[in-house]
Amino acid sequence: MALLEVKDLHTSFFTDAGEVKAVDGVSFELDRGKVLGIVGESGSGKSVTAYSIMQILAPTGKIIGGSVKLDGTELVGADENLMRKVRGNRISIIFQDPMTSLNPTYTIGHQLMEAIMLHTDRNRKQASARALEMLQLVNVNEPQRRLKQYPFELSGGMRQRVMIAMALACEPDILIADEPTTALDVTIQAQILELMQDLQKKLGMAIIMITHDLGVVAQLCDEVIVMYAGSICERGSADEIFYQPAHEYTKGLMRSIPRDENNGQRLKPITGTPIDLLNMPKGCPFAPRCDHAMKICLTERAPRMQVGETHYSSCWVNVKDAAEHGEIDLEGGQDHV
Amino acid sequence: MSENKTLLEVKGLKQYFNINLGFFRSKLLKAVDDVSFSIRKGETLGLVGESGCGKTTVGRSILHLYQPTAGQVIYDGKEINSKESLKEFRKKATMVFQDPYSSLNPRMTVSDIVAEPLDVHHLYASKQERTDRVMELLGYVGLNSEHASRYAHEFSGGQRQRIGIARALAVNPEFIVCDEPVSALDVSIQAQVINMFDDLQDRLGLTYLFIAHDLLVVRHISDRIAVMYLGKMVELADAGEIYTHPLHPYSQSLLSAVPLPDPKAARSNKRIVLSGDIPSPLNAPSGCPFRTRCRYATEACAQSMPPFEEVEKGHFVACHRVKEIS
Repeated sequence: MALLEVKDLHTSFFTDAGEVKAVDGVSFELDRGKVLGIVGESGSGKSVTAYSIMQILAPTGKIIGGSVKLDGTELVGADENLMRKVRGNRISIIFQDPMTSLNPTYTIGHQLMEAIMLHTDRNRKQASARALEMLQLVNVNEPQRRLKQYPFELSGGMRQRVMIAMALACEPDILIADEPTTALDVTIQAQILELMQDLQKKLGMAIIMITHDLGVVAQLCDEVIVMYAGSICERGSADEIFYQPAHEYTKGLMRSIPRDENNGQRLKPITGTPIDLLNMPKGCPFAPRCDHAMKICLTERAPRMQVGETHYSSCWVNVKDAAEHGEIDLEGGQDHV
Repeated sequence: MSENKTLLEVKGLKQYFNINLGFFRSKLLKAVDDVSFSIRKGETLGLVGESGCGKTTVGRSILHLYQPTAGQVIYDGKEINSKESLKEFRKKATMVFQDPYSSLNPRMTVSDIVAEPLDVHHLYASKQERTDRVMELLGYVGLNSEHASRYAHEFSGGQRQRIGIARALAVNPEFIVCDEPVSALDVSIQAQVINMFDDLQDRLGLTYLFIAHDLLVVRHISDRIAVMYLGKMVELADAGEIYTHPLHPYSQSLLSAVPLPDPKAARSNKRIVLSGDIPSPLNAPSGCPFRTRCRYATEACAQSMPPFEEVEKGHFVACHRVKEIS
């Protein structure tokens, strides 16, 4: 059984302007010790997927369907007592902005110990020792002194290390990292990514890495999910996604990034502008920007189709190609229709 | 593309800020400290570095948005040192800002935003001429007349950045300082805007100073690249050269730290991970600013700032030990 099973998750925000379907039918599994990357542009629903798993949505947001199972236990609709035991203990999260996710009025030590004492039965002294141990684990220099310092006294990279220490203090099974390095400089980003890689090997937790940076994904992830407008368009191993992208959106993304292969050439961007989530088209959400859109793309969602060993894509172009080769193999096709 | 004629020359540019620490105490922040370089007509010079290294300040000081503390800015053979020369200069050199959300006035329509430089420099004779020019500019950046009467908040990030670029083009400039113009944009939109910069350069013969922290983007767009660290320029060379053959230890680690969008390369990539953080520019180390994080630092590095020298043709480096370590 997979550690985390998300099935047909739907999360909407109810705003004055109408319902925004931020997550629209997302399904995936995560095994122990794996690193799963979720990539997508702003508004694609990648963060909301994570917040839905943790159930830390803004008051206007609501999970309206689907299920999230942790080790077989259903979390959607679970009472707050259970969720409080899950959050920080079984599943932890680190946020994008290390500047605002620490409380400026308490010391680092206080904030670390709070998390530890809340979730374990350690007393103050033991918690303090554990906090120190965690700071050493994430390579914070002079950890003893840091415990007594306030967040403003630390640099951005240092604060993100503290966030990671806090998230890992209770040895969670899953660490959700929501754009953990986006606010950091390149050399600091490299430090943090290396740290996360080391810790993952050492502690063996599963990581859900949410990012828009394909470079970060290539570096860290075993498996990748590509999201667009609230749904998953493609999923596969990192190699499958980067070397044999199947969905037209993923292909477009790969062509858009400057890299060795297209250096000196013109980039081939995806045309058009990102979708307005208040006015979602009926068919494939990417169809209005897709160069290969067919009639059916505008009216119906593509089914999920297996295109490789661990590689799934929801794109009518793949269906058409397969039909032409006489090898239609629809798997879990009803998920997305 | 790049002709040999030098369009802009910066000599010994210094930009210091007085930081008020309260209670009559203040300290000098050397945001840019003795930076010299030149840009040839029609080329794109990429300027990279991490936050706080002074790259944006260089761009702003060149345009005299800050009055430089010392140094010369020479444009087309004329030094910018008087009010008149500055006024002329500002008709030829403009700027595109990083944040398309805060750099457009929310109370002005798109046509007024784009026409503002025309108004300031009195560059039209009749209202019709102004309108025509605005339409032409919007056409350059892929917007149309329908967009002209709307307000900035009605547009997406990518479209706003296009408006900012149209405004920068209004005075028919030769030189544009692009300060992180694509950093705030999504990948797919970023590629559209990068292509547009390329097209405009071909079409209008523009010269760019392209400031960014995304090294892959900079390599893509630049002919030459300069690397800054803590207010100093540490390396300058052709874009291809600096990527395949960086000489300064900082450039080496900076480039190796870039996460490549390629899993196989990422697995085999030997990263040089720097220890520690960037020192505060208020307490910059003596001598070479990079020495506190440098693998090769010796005592000599603490004594004096290494000179910015041409070690190979067109390849400038500021490092005491460049000959030993390369």
